[in-house]
Amino acid sequence: MTTDRTHRNRKRALRIAHFIGLFIAMSIICIPGLWIVLNSFRPTVEIMAKPPVWIPNELNLDHYRAMFGGNGQGGVPVLTYFRNSMVISVTSTIIALLVGMGGGYAFARYRFKGKAALFVGLMATRAVPGVALSLPLFILFARIGIIDTHFGMILAYVAMNVPFTVWLIDGFFRQVPRELAEAAEIDGCTRWQAFWRVEFPVARAGIASAGIFAFLTSWNEYALASQLTRSVYSKTMPVGLLDFTSEFTLNWGGMCALAVLMIIPALILTFLVQKHLIAGLTFGGVKG
Amino acid sequence: MAQVHLRSVVKKYGGLQVVHAINLDIADGEFVVLVGPSGCGKSTTLRMIAGLEDISGGEVLIGDRVVNDLPPRERNLAMVFQNYALYPHMSVRENLGFSLKIAKRSQSEIDRAVDDAAEILSLTPLLDRKPGQLSGGQRQRVAMGRAIVRHPDVFLFDEPLSNLDAKLRTQMRVEIKKLHQRLKSTIVYVTHDQVEAMTLADRIVIMRDGHIEQIGTPLEVFERPNTTFVATFIGSPPMNMLPARVGGGRVVLTDGTAFDIPPGHKVEEGQDVIFGARADNIMPVGHSLPATEHVAEVKMSVQLTEPLGTETLLFAQLAGQEVQAKMLNPRPVASGEVLTFQINLDKCHLFDAETGASLRV
Repeated sequence: MTTDRTHRNRKRALRIAHFIGLFIAMSIICIPGLWIVLNSFRPTVEIMAKPPVWIPNELNLDHYRAMFGGNGQGGVPVLTYFRNSMVISVTSTIIALLVGMGGGYAFARYRFKGKAALFVGLMATRAVPGVALSLPLFILFARIGIIDTHFGMILAYVAMNVPFTVWLIDGFFRQVPRELAEAAEIDGCTRWQAFWRVEFPVARAGIASAGIFAFLTSWNEYALASQLTRSVYSKTMPVGLLDFTSEFTLNWGGMCALAVLMIIPALILTFLVQKHLIAGLTFGGVKG
Repeated sequence: MAQVHLRSVVKKYGGLQVVHAINLDIADGEFVVLVGPSGCGKSTTLRMIAGLEDISGGEVLIGDRVVNDLPPRERNLAMVFQNYALYPHMSVRENLGFSLKIAKRSQSEIDRAVDDAAEILSLTPLLDRKPGQLSGGQRQRVAMGRAIVRHPDVFLFDEPLSNLDAKLRTQMRVEIKKLHQRLKSTIVYVTHDQVEAMTLADRIVIMRDGHIEQIGTPLEVFERPNTTFVATFIGSPPMNMLPARVGGGRVVLTDGTAFDIPPGHKVEEGQDVIFGARADNIMPVGHSLPATEHVAEVKMSVQLTEPLGTETLLFAQLAGQEVQAKMLNPRPVASGEVLTFQINLDKCHLFDAETGASLRV
């Protein structure tokens, strides 16, 4: 009896410790984000207060109102930035996914000369920090006249994302048994039909996760975008945050409000595809 | 329905040859089992018939068409894979009807064919489930259903039962046999399990290292094996193989024990041979079948027994080798007990010690 109770108490204590540990870890991850959301609704005085005001006295939409207001009222072209970000991120993600699917499938299914070297080479490009490329890219883009254009940004982001999507999708296709495509071919499919009707739907969880990563990389990227965009025609939202800085002041409230707007599409997208992400690759088609 | 012919079929991977010019004629409606140990080329041969592997040399004919360069979809075959290869994102109904859908058949025709197949294989209650929700045996039946829906010329089975447990395997073996009797279709079946081969096949093709060792009915390969390999591969327990030499018109084992030469063999004086006898043909006196014309008697000490109910398997020593024998109407046997065994020489074999080929004429 006593040992039973001690055992039970220890189990309960462990569970509580586990919970506290998780709470602390989650707090460290979430508090900066929450702080941004909170600050976007607070008056500047409160944001700048020292010591910090943890519990807000007043919440309002002033920063949002100002942000969407005209020039001179602290307004920035939010909708234009949003559109730029959307066009650049969505287009570059679609292209990176298509190339990634082709490349990933080829690496997973076919044997060809120099395959290993090519794969390592592709991965090595990820080892170069993006910001180190910004100056060469700037010079190159300026020479061929694609600086400050959607096309230039899309090109840069596709190049950045393709090695990653190829690598990720290759891994997912490797988990799709070769026999599925073979069974489809025997069932009357062409190679192409076997891919689209069988292999693609089975690997779509992996392709969706590659898509999310590619989209978020493009959507949040700042270092390259700040060099390669100049005007409202191509500036993306992260670069737009800089509009809130001026020579002597920083409009933290406005910056936070724009950051919140930036987070929303990413959150929506993650929610939409999380079913696929969680479903993962739990196959039942072959003996597991 | 159709015949399948392999004419000097070769498969090479770069410089490595895995199938060596094999020839095989499979009649319409025949159930042929390719059997052999891992790496003997049996699955590769099946995949060449299916069109999933390129043929490096020779010809494969289905019906009277050479299909070497035809893609799998144009060969009108169905194949059941070892891991079932069901489409995990489709329901059982969609899995069964997939080939007809690709062939652009009408929905009513697809439904009818799927319902028929489901009826035959007792899959009707499972039609709306996904493969992930099925047990191993059910998945296996869906895989078979997917094959029969199409009414193919030839069915190919690639070790379809090896992922099932022993009980289910026996059950599915019966189902496959029934299916063959019902559909009367040509079946090429690959397995490494000789029991499956013996029980299912009209004819067995025994393969080894990319060559065909012997083709014959189950009884032929069991009773008249061409080589020591076939003799030890087919039959359970495997045939006892004892090295011997022909001397004085008799077969002399290494310890001097001598038997008459089994009838129907041609040997030369002094020739090194291998004496082969199945456990069924070595039985203790008083626990054996009625004596035949040619019987040898030998005393052996029993080391171990395996009671199987109606009979007991005895492990004894002869000429320094372990020999398995059978005891009918068994009685308890103590370890170390010496018994007199009768060997039915009519059913024994002699093989050339060097080549392993049968010396039967």
